[in-house]
Amino acid sequence: MSDEKEKIHIFDRQENVDRLLKGFYAICVLLVVLDLILHRHIGFVWEKLPAFYAIYGFVACVLLVVIAKKMRNVLMRGEDYYDE
Amino acid sequence: MSELPPFLLFFAAALLSAFTRGLPRQLILLATPVVAGLYLWQGISPGTDIAYSVMGYELQILRADKLSLLFGYLFCIAGFFGAIYALHVKDTKQHIAGMTYAGSALGAVFAGDLITLFIFWELLAISSVFLIWARGTERALKAGMRYLVYQVLSGVLLLAGALVFYHQTGTLEFNHIGLEAGVAGWLIFIAFGIKCAFPFLHTWLTDGYPEATVTGTVFLSAFTTKVAVYSLARGFAGEEILVYIGVTMACFPIFYAVIENDLRRVLAYSLINQVGFMVTGVGIGTALALNGAVAHAFSDVIFKGLLFMSMGAVLYRVGNINGSDLGGLYKSMPKTTALCVVGALSISAFPLFSGFVSKSMVMTALMQENHGYFWLLMLFASAGVFHHAGIKIPYFAFFHHDSGIRTQEAPTNMLVAMSVAAFLCLFIGMQPQYLYALLPWEVDYWPYDLTHVLAQTQLLFFSALAFVWLNKQGLYPPELHSVNLDAEWFYRRLIPAGTHRTVNILARAKTSVVTTVTNQIQGAQKQFDKSPLAKYHLSESWPTGSMVFWISMILAFLLLDIFSLGLLA
Repeated sequence: MSDEKEKIHIFDRQENVDRLLKGFYAICVLLVVLDLILHRHIGFVWEKLPAFYAIYGFVACVLLVVIAKKMRNVLMRGEDYYDE
Repeated sequence: MSELPPFLLFFAAALLSAFTRGLPRQLILLATPVVAGLYLWQGISPGTDIAYSVMGYELQILRADKLSLLFGYLFCIAGFFGAIYALHVKDTKQHIAGMTYAGSALGAVFAGDLITLFIFWELLAISSVFLIWARGTERALKAGMRYLVYQVLSGVLLLAGALVFYHQTGTLEFNHIGLEAGVAGWLIFIAFGIKCAFPFLHTWLTDGYPEATVTGTVFLSAFTTKVAVYSLARGFAGEEILVYIGVTMACFPIFYAVIENDLRRVLAYSLINQVGFMVTGVGIGTALALNGAVAHAFSDVIFKGLLFMSMGAVLYRVGNINGSDLGGLYKSMPKTTALCVVGALSISAFPLFSGFVSKSMVMTALMQENHGYFWLLMLFASAGVFHHAGIKIPYFAFFHHDSGIRTQEAPTNMLVAMSVAAFLCLFIGMQPQYLYALLPWEVDYWPYDLTHVLAQTQLLFFSALAFVWLNKQGLYPPELHSVNLDAEWFYRRLIPAGTHRTVNILARAKTSVVTTVTNQIQGAQKQFDKSPLAKYHLSESWPTGSMVFWISMILAFLLLDIFSLGLLA
């Protein structure tokens, strides 16, 4: 399908993707540093853990995806499963 | 002025759109939500009510307070962007259904008694199913039928509950009911629960919404579940069981959303997840939590509408909405992409977007009431929302690998509708005081402080980091053409298959009984034939011919007999 005359789009260039990701990683690092400097209000004990939200967000999403993948083994059927 | 219930405006528009075409009809469709909204804003103040009496019952067709007015404004906004989005549609029945549906939602939230509520409850069901059927596919027809069964069942339970409630209390007024009202309470609770998509009662939503038309799903996502949230907030605020139900609703659909391929079905699961936050808020029952629940309903209708509109635009242009077949669409639909991203950031509750200012109220309320474990689960659900709705939806549709699909930007009316919704997402996110002023309970709350902003940003950025990492490691599950089994399996597969099996088993049992008996008889006959008795003439088996002969002889004799009797008399 790739038309030779077609415009090169922003994410067609790998360096743009890399730039985006680098910026993204930098913000992640910055957020952790800010967490160490700034004082958050603490509602629950576990919030005292440095960068609690960052760790929780990362672990939660990895768990979510890993469990969801396992669920596929049990739950996934062919697209026409109910139409048969 | 305030003698006119606002739903009548929508019903009149439904009627008019049946007889008009082209520009006049478009003007009617656009003007109705605006006029109704202004009328609610200016003409109806909290405390207004309009009563009527039917067969000796005093019923209240309009009871306005801050709670019902909030939902009233919301439904007019949803009706407005929904109407713009559907402006190009020529199909008359969709316009009639859409307007009737929006009007029924308004009627339901202003209903002052359970019978009026029941009437609009059923009208919601009947009008909305046409938005599914209008798709015209075999699947849509069947899914619509299943949807209707659930919706009507909900209505029947509501009516039964209302009658028992009247029998017990002598009133039909729709105020706090509570589960302590016994059977009546439970019947009404389950009726609300079906429309609210409680776990195991939710499959009408994930089954029906993705099968509806491009524009129909936008309407569907706005009204039914939000009427149910409103009803729960009025009738069952502070019921602890709702916290358990709400947390379950917030958590389980995100797993399905991760592995689901149809992106509109991903949004349907995500809708249940968001309603979970509202139900939890209603269950906590404090002023802050209830405000959070209804404020979140307000933001959700707008950002979920925006997301459904953007996916609808893709479906409209490409003719396909499976994550596995899309990708790279940002090249041909850059505006839709940008608007979808606004919706995605709003649902993910990024600071400055609408989800942030409403969801944080529910989270703070959980914290204030010391529900530590629920709070952790909801935080998990919040991270999960970002994962499946915030990243997955835009990523697989518009970015990812280039699918090679080249199409056009969405039609202008769709872009305008999405822009209206996107503007509201940002406006509510940046100027939450206007939304907060509309909230029914008096609470002093402000979402923007260092802790909230930092915590939420960290949560979301690191959820995104998990996505990036999983993708780089090749651990992210690919989008696959598939169906994932959900509670609907019980009635779409188990029960039909069970019935089929039972019929088969019964058929086989019948055959074996018949064979056994026949064999026994034949065996006995053989034994008899061998015996000396078989030689006697009378014991021979007679041919059928002789049987017919003797019967006709008997009949002839009877005939003669009757004749002779007649002659004698």
